[in-house]
Amino acid sequence: MTKKIRNLKELSLSNDRYEGANLMCPGCAHNIIVREVLNATDDPVVVANATGCLEVCTAVYPKTSWDTSWIHIGFENAAVAIAAVQTTYETLKKQGRLPKAAQKLADEGRDIKFVAFGGDGGTYDIGFQSLSGAFERGHNFMYVCLDNEVYANTGGQRSSSTPIGASTTTSPAGAVSYGEKMMKKSIVEIMADHGAPYVAQVSPSKWKDMIKKVQKGYEAKGPVFINAMSACTTEWRFASEDTIAVSDLGVDSCMWPLYEIINERDEHGIIYRTKLNITYRPKNKIPVEEYLAAQPRFKHLFKPENRHIIDLLQKAVDIRWENLQRREEAGV
Amino acid sequence: MAKDIKDLGWNELIPGAALFSFSEPVEDVTEVAIDERPYSPTNSHEYSVGDWRVEKPVFNRDYCIDCQFCWVFCPDISIISRDKKMIGVDYEHCKGCGICVEVCPTNPKSLLMFPEHLENEEALAKWPAKEAKK
Repeated sequence: MTKKIRNLKELSLSNDRYEGANLMCPGCAHNIIVREVLNATDDPVVVANATGCLEVCTAVYPKTSWDTSWIHIGFENAAVAIAAVQTTYETLKKQGRLPKAAQKLADEGRDIKFVAFGGDGGTYDIGFQSLSGAFERGHNFMYVCLDNEVYANTGGQRSSSTPIGASTTTSPAGAVSYGEKMMKKSIVEIMADHGAPYVAQVSPSKWKDMIKKVQKGYEAKGPVFINAMSACTTEWRFASEDTIAVSDLGVDSCMWPLYEIINERDEHGIIYRTKLNITYRPKNKIPVEEYLAAQPRFKHLFKPENRHIIDLLQKAVDIRWENLQRREEAGV
Repeated sequence: MAKDIKDLGWNELIPGAALFSFSEPVEDVTEVAIDERPYSPTNSHEYSVGDWRVEKPVFNRDYCIDCQFCWVFCPDISIISRDKKMIGVDYEHCKGCGICVEVCPTNPKSLLMFPEHLENEEALAKWPAKEAKK
């Protein structure tokens, strides 16, 4: 059942299923994303969590911050864990052996929703094989990647999501280096090419866009991938109150474009139609420089010898934005 | 005698132990407001992170337009909002990040950061006047 949310006041009637006094940093965007994802539905939700900031800080023994069923296994298998839970649920439902409470909800049309949360380390790198496998098998769940572009929990090592030029502990900027050397992996397109029915990129600062996409994800039949920008005050090194401002800069500079990809497949699994929609177009596309200037992890790029990296980033962003618009126009 | 759960160390954890969010069964969490839930001692809601703060947000009802931006962007579920109305700040769970103040759209702001030691009444007396449009 889709929850009706027309405006923020209606959303604010939601009772949170995620509790305070968890140990996330002040101003952490992970919490904002988790709240928005859980508040987008009133149906029961089962959560699987890959190792990462979210798992470590919300389940410090003997405390839990979750008012829903929650499971953590390992860094690499959040997707497969939730797929297994979902398959068990489907099987028990088919056999009529669901517990009474779950059966009652299912009869009311409020089937349990299955969500997995993973950081960019647990999604782009370590958890990729199990994520890819679960998507290929077509389980009915939603995977939310909390993308803060760094291994924040272990001290800020680079991941394959770290953008070029960022200074991290394993790609430090200094006299001989401008920081990270590699371009960011385009995970959204990779997941869409698995044939997933719904794949989207979101930012918590655009709450309405995000809620709408998450609700589409809950409704979709099959694996859904949501890539959420999670501005990290600790590793991006901005002040804790600027989380929303930095996220907005990312969206407005098109460094973090908001779009969705919808795949339609026939009964043999052949993708016969792919549609890409850009869901947010900045009124004034601001230069990437403004986004970079807000984050001290990029401050070395403003030295004269590193300026060429800013130009390179701007070029990469422009080409990607152009490509997205062309794909939207052509409907592929 | 069984120890209280709060006195147990991590190495005394029984393998396969389950931590419950509530001390009695709750049929549908989404229909029970936060202040009416039967929290169990193992729920992080029962703990406080208020001492993390250096500055605290103070809420001024006079200027609030109930837009709920602070509620949706609060990372710590510390903005208390009931029936579409903003009521105040939960100082047990607020970590003092300041996001609510940044996203507040009113002029002057209806949430402002003040030093932790200042009483809320004193803070309200010091509230700045409306800023002229630039």
